[in-house]
Amino acid sequence: MFTGPSTYASEVDSIMLFIVASSVALLLIITVVMIYFVFRYNKKRNPVAENIEGNTPLEILWIAIPTVLVMFMFYYGYVAFADIRAVPANSLKVKVLARMWSYSYEYENGKQSDTLFLPNGRATKLDLISADVNHGFFVPAFRIKEDVIAGKINYLVLNPKELGSFDIACSEYCGLNHSLMYSKLVVIPDADFKKWLSDMPKDTIKIAGK
Amino acid sequence: MTHQAHDNSYVSYLDYKGKHSGIWAWLLSTDHKRIGLMYLTGIMLFFVAGMSLGFVMKTEMLSRGETLVDAQTYNALFTLHGVIMIFLVIIPGIPAAFGNFFLPIQIGAKDVSFPRLNLFSFWLYMAGGVVALSSLFLQGGPIDTGWTFYVPYSLRTNTNVSLALLAAFLLGFSSILTGLNFITTVHRLRAPGMGFFRMPLFIWALYSTAWIQVIATPVIGITIVLVIVERLFSIGIFDPALGGDPILFQHLFWIYSHPAVYIMILPAMGVVSEIIPTFAKRTIFGYKAIAFSSLAIAFIGYFVWAHHMFTSGMSDLARIIFSLFTFLVAIPSGVKVFNWVATLYKGSIEPRVPFLFVMMFIFLFSIGGLTGLVLGNLATNIHTHGTYFVVAHFHYVMFGGTVIILFGALHYWFPKMFGRMYNEKVATVSVILIFIGFNGLYFTMFILGYMGMPRRYWDYLPEYQLLHTISAIGAYILIAGILLMLHNLWKALRKGPKAVQNPWGGVTLEWTVPSPPPLENFDEIPIITHGPYEFPEAKGVK
Ligand code: HEM
Ligand SMILES: [Cu+2]
Repeated sequence: MFTGPSTYASEVDSIMLFIVASSVALLLIITVVMIYFVFRYNKKRNPVAENIEGNTPLEILWIAIPTVLVMFMFYYGYVAFADIRAVPANSLKVKVLARMWSYSYEYENGKQSDTLFLPNGRATKLDLISADVNHGFFVPAFRIKEDVIAGKINYLVLNPKELGSFDIACSEYCGLNHSLMYSKLVVIPDADFKKWLSDMPKDTIKIAGK
Repeated sequence: MTHQAHDNSYVSYLDYKGKHSGIWAWLLSTDHKRIGLMYLTGIMLFFVAGMSLGFVMKTEMLSRGETLVDAQTYNALFTLHGVIMIFLVIIPGIPAAFGNFFLPIQIGAKDVSFPRLNLFSFWLYMAGGVVALSSLFLQGGPIDTGWTFYVPYSLRTNTNVSLALLAAFLLGFSSILTGLNFITTVHRLRAPGMGFFRMPLFIWALYSTAWIQVIATPVIGITIVLVIVERLFSIGIFDPALGGDPILFQHLFWIYSHPAVYIMILPAMGVVSEIIPTFAKRTIFGYKAIAFSSLAIAFIGYFVWAHHMFTSGMSDLARIIFSLFTFLVAIPSGVKVFNWVATLYKGSIEPRVPFLFVMMFIFLFSIGGLTGLVLGNLATNIHTHGTYFVVAHFHYVMFGGTVIILFGALHYWFPKMFGRMYNEKVATVSVILIFIGFNGLYFTMFILGYMGMPRRYWDYLPEYQLLHTISAIGAYILIAGILLMLHNLWKALRKGPKAVQNPWGGVTLEWTVPSPPPLENFDEIPIITHGPYEFPEAKGVK
């Protein structure tokens, strides 16, 4: 239903729509019924109240229906989530290096870059490495994030299906310039990516080889 | 304090002369009502301080780049705002102020079980407040870690983290002691005939809350000590550079701080269960369901802490289990909302000011709860975690829920506590301003968050400009409403007309004693023969 830069992103949006639609329905029911009662059973119209202590079938119903509803929500979330945790066999591997207050990326051949170039149509496993405190690797357009925890390597799978340039932010507070810790994800055609990857400036090779 | 006697036949708790005089008649008083009132004063002062910091933050966010303060100051602002609002306003909040004042009265007791311990809790609260404030001015400067104190940043920063943590430690002790006191009081001091199922629901809520305070708070105490030790001696508990584990800190922190959100909300739910029957003039719908759902929330609430950590790299299994429990804990809260609305059915409703606060609460709290479903769901959580969506969600729950009911409780019990009445028209105007401003301020944040605006950001991308501007205007309207409300109450306190004993026609025990109540509440301990919400004039009373 939605078109996002990845299948996963559209899935998240559909789940969001499902939750928001159910929530709006529930909120409307609660609010409208509440306001209706306040008018209908106003003191002027209904000078004598009636004591009703409960109604067991009704109470069971309003426990059961929301329970079923939230179990659906849980299930959809779980299925979509399981998807992004699975690492496809042929995926590209890139290291994300986070430090106060910038990102850089290192590819398997040792090439380093300040911008995350990725090939279109191929899954990439990102290993998240912090040089200092915790950060949060967040690509809003892809509806994806994972914390970059000091002393621990987390990972994330990104599977773009659209060319373009997307913001990468830091979503875990990391001090002074946390709000400036932006970087870019650029998705390019696979052939261009291969060319870019093998095209190593001399100094990069030196750094990688040291 | 220059209150004249309101009635010549008795001396109210505001006027009696004890051993001490002047300010000491308050600071050394073991009367639960005076202690409640002192807490209320402290809480409202800290609230205004926190609100002022919020005002500065929203003004900074009016435009991109530096508008009013630099990044370091902004980071200190949201940290202080969070620490004040959480530890000094809403955790003590309703239990410390209104619980202290009304728990003994509602169960027909003369005081709490341990009045001196109660006073000691208040001193700890003050000490915590003083230490927190002093951390601002001592060397090192105001903390900039966020109210969550996440390591390793909180180990690295040069700001006064240890002192702020010490403040939280003292406040935690205050909370534990209040909890102990309330549990004992509920068990030991109920009036003859008041079985557990004849207690007002506010008491059920305070009782459930007290158990969380006693069981969960020690965990944060220990965690705080560990962080201080780590900062001072670099032992290697949390610091990965020394072989420690930063995720361990997050677990420990949330094992307390998640149950703590129920410490914040359950008492508010209790107040709602008081106000609704009083203004609908009928008994509550599903008394036992509401009472047990408090216990259920208190219990399940222990097993959802890691839903704050879905992106921290926990095992996938852990993420799935915590997501499941999170959805389960939503049910008892939903049940309560349905019961409250059902209580209006066939009532005889008089929507006066406290009731308006309750209606506002039901709307705002429902939004807070329902957006919690977005955060409980694994897929949508991953996207919205750490963004303005979360900021909106917790303000809807904590502010729209707890603080709105703190205000509601203040308007409900004001005539009882002070023996004076406020201007209801002005109060109604303030309710409307608060409602409009609140939604302007925070609803925009849901959208900002889903668009990808992270929280704790001093600066933002151009596409977020419009929504931030609307949000700031909402904040100004909200703050105007709150100031109007406070002004109205302040005026009433000084020269409001005298209040009668039972202005709303309530039937719980506090409405059977004079306004303001005398020192030991009751001349004669009442004998309870029926449930808490039996209005004699309603149809179908047994
Ligand atoms: C009175 C008006 C209020 C305003 C204008 C306001 C505004 C804000 C703003 C702008 C932020 C920071 C957003 C960010 O940069 O991430 C914030 C954070 C926060 N607020 Fe409020 N707020 C208000 C009241 C409250 C209340 C009543 C509570 C709780 C009872 C509360 C609890 C918090 C907490 C816990 C944080 C998180 C701090 C952190 O990130 O460490 N606020 N608020
Ligand atoms: Cu960062």
